[in-house]
Amino acid sequence: MSKYYLNYLDELESEAIYILREVWAQFENPVILFSGGKDSILVTHLAKKAFYPSKIPFALMHVDTGHNFSETIKFRDDLVESLGVKLIIGSVQDSINKGRVSEEKGKNATRNALQITTLLDAIEENKIDCAIGGGRRDEEKARAKERFFSHRDDFGQWDPRNQRPELWNLLNGKYFEGEHFRAFPISNWTEMDVWNYIKREEIEIPSLYLAHEREVVWRNNSWIPFSEFLKLEEGEEVVTKKIRFRTLGDITITGGIESEADSLEKVALEVSTMRKTERGDRSDDKRSETAMEDRKKQGYF
Amino acid sequence: MEINNNQLLRFTTAGSVDDGKSTLIGRLLYDSKSIFEDQLEAITATSAKKGHEGVDLALFTDGLRDEREQGITIDVAYRYFTTPKRKFIIADTPGHIQYTRNMVTGASTANAALILIDARHGVIEQTKRHSFIASLLNIPHLIVCVNKMDLVDFSESRFNEIIGQFEEFSSKLLMKDVRFIPMSALRGDNVVNRSETMDWYQGGTLLNILETLHISSDINKIDARFPVQTVLRPQSQEHRDYRGYAGRVASGIYRVGDEIAVLPSGFTSIIKSINAGEQEISEAYAPMSISITLEDDIDVSRGDMIVKKNNQPEMEQEFDVMLSWLANEPAKSRAKYIVQHTSKEERAMIKEVVYKMDINSFERDNEDKSLSMNDIARVKIRTTRRLMLDSYRDNRITGSVILIDENTNETVAAGMVV
Repeated sequence: MSKYYLNYLDELESEAIYILREVWAQFENPVILFSGGKDSILVTHLAKKAFYPSKIPFALMHVDTGHNFSETIKFRDDLVESLGVKLIIGSVQDSINKGRVSEEKGKNATRNALQITTLLDAIEENKIDCAIGGGRRDEEKARAKERFFSHRDDFGQWDPRNQRPELWNLLNGKYFEGEHFRAFPISNWTEMDVWNYIKREEIEIPSLYLAHEREVVWRNNSWIPFSEFLKLEEGEEVVTKKIRFRTLGDITITGGIESEADSLEKVALEVSTMRKTERGDRSDDKRSETAMEDRKKQGYF
Repeated sequence: MEINNNQLLRFTTAGSVDDGKSTLIGRLLYDSKSIFEDQLEAITATSAKKGHEGVDLALFTDGLRDEREQGITIDVAYRYFTTPKRKFIIADTPGHIQYTRNMVTGASTANAALILIDARHGVIEQTKRHSFIASLLNIPHLIVCVNKMDLVDFSESRFNEIIGQFEEFSSKLLMKDVRFIPMSALRGDNVVNRSETMDWYQGGTLLNILETLHISSDINKIDARFPVQTVLRPQSQEHRDYRGYAGRVASGIYRVGDEIAVLPSGFTSIIKSINAGEQEISEAYAPMSISITLEDDIDVSRGDMIVKKNNQPEMEQEFDVMLSWLANEPAKSRAKYIVQHTSKEERAMIKEVVYKMDINSFERDNEDKSLSMNDIARVKIRTTRRLMLDSYRDNRITGSVILIDENTNETVAAGMVV
């Protein structure tokens, strides 16, 4: 018997598909910001559904810090090939080489903030008028105020005081030359929703999200993966632990957690009992209480 | 936590700093165990720094730096929590300067509205204003939280007195389902856990009511409306002749084989197939995102609406709406705007301001024809071409419009078709 109402996951899916189709209809040259993380993989999966049987009509754009998990890059390339879509890479290394930005100094130096310039340059160069992101409102308090269609001025900046009210399902994507939009189709999803949906749809994700043995260093209260980009400080030692990652970003700042969850089932179960926020292991957000707010204003994702 | 059945309920909370709204939301999140350890640690530290005794639950809803510095909330903030029964989205709207704009925004998609009343003060102007907006936006369920009961000795007679005050003024409003709960958000009485002190109250706690509200009927399931967002034409080997109309069902139910009409052209055909992603399905209902193919090769594009042949909306070029003015800049007399209605855009002008509503007294003002921020008025709109309209009372999706200023690209007003 039909019940004629949707369960929450179906409703979130339907909302996201609606937004992706609005992006396609309202903008000239939209792209999906693809980091290789689960949220951008989810957005790509939803785009596949939104336009079936057509191909995804957006290119994927990767802002590459150069500090990658090799698994992420392989995953990205395989996905692009199987979807038959175009890949645009904005390289932070190129931005450094061109003198657009310079590396941070000091112990906790990362390329996280440098991404902003690379991203904005890539948007301008490729004449992108809407960049679709996997940002979610439950992630961080600055993101809690984000719109589905988020307006950016001609400097790429986000002004929380000057966002358009979004009523019902009416999205206003009008802009002037030089301005652009960010669109966030999974705004209303929580980390738990994402995992429950990935499990239900059996979406392929990088193995980094599942528990695996890895060489790591204890820093800033989490297990930072050891890599060629990591400079060891005094007193730090490399150990092997069974860990998994809750978020994936720049390899130098993405902390893992100790875990035995080596299947989607187990991960979903583990997430449901988590007592810490997902970004709690991201040192980019720990720098200050308003770290995300500040980066967003400058043009961050 | 896996929720099986289970529906999504959106609710909005409106209020100012003093009526305990932040504490209520904090309490709801805290007692339903939706707060993470690192958040709790941060709040505990801030509470201690500020010299508060214990944890100040209101701090959970603290927002951006600008807001904290000025002690205000700039904008609608969205919060999430889940129980074994439902997933909840809270649109937390601030109660100052742009109050109407924010509340209207938060209310537009809500299944339920929480109205907070300070038990000491009873019904005040703000209560009326919030209730008016909830009724104007046709929020199906209203939950009146009589808060700070601890400050009136948990008095049952005070609670009943406030219900009386509310019912007196709200008789002029259209409301379907109103509940009253006596509570103390600060102490946690009747938010998630039952109050031991107020044993005279027989109803459910706030969470219990939110978990059990009947929301399946909130969406119109009678009048089938399908605004076309985009046309899918893969032109691949495999799907050479596929031509699918993609959109989200606004209301009603569509089945393969249904006789349909495409508006505004009026051409008729029969539904050949319905797809939800890769999956072919035999029926679809609101709010599913689907794509439809038709038996006949007719011209359909974005902005068109597919409806049942025997149940069609009004096609109007001139119509009345209740308009909520959202922009800082007031409306210009006979200025042109873009009206956005479902997936359709037309140029439009405000032909006439019929009357303005005083949302504190519910009186009509027939003299003042100006429209500025926070104003609500009945206006006549004329568009360059016909729109496919239902009344907002019948259909929140096909009965709503926004106005966009062509000079600034800003969304300046929201309208509900009368």
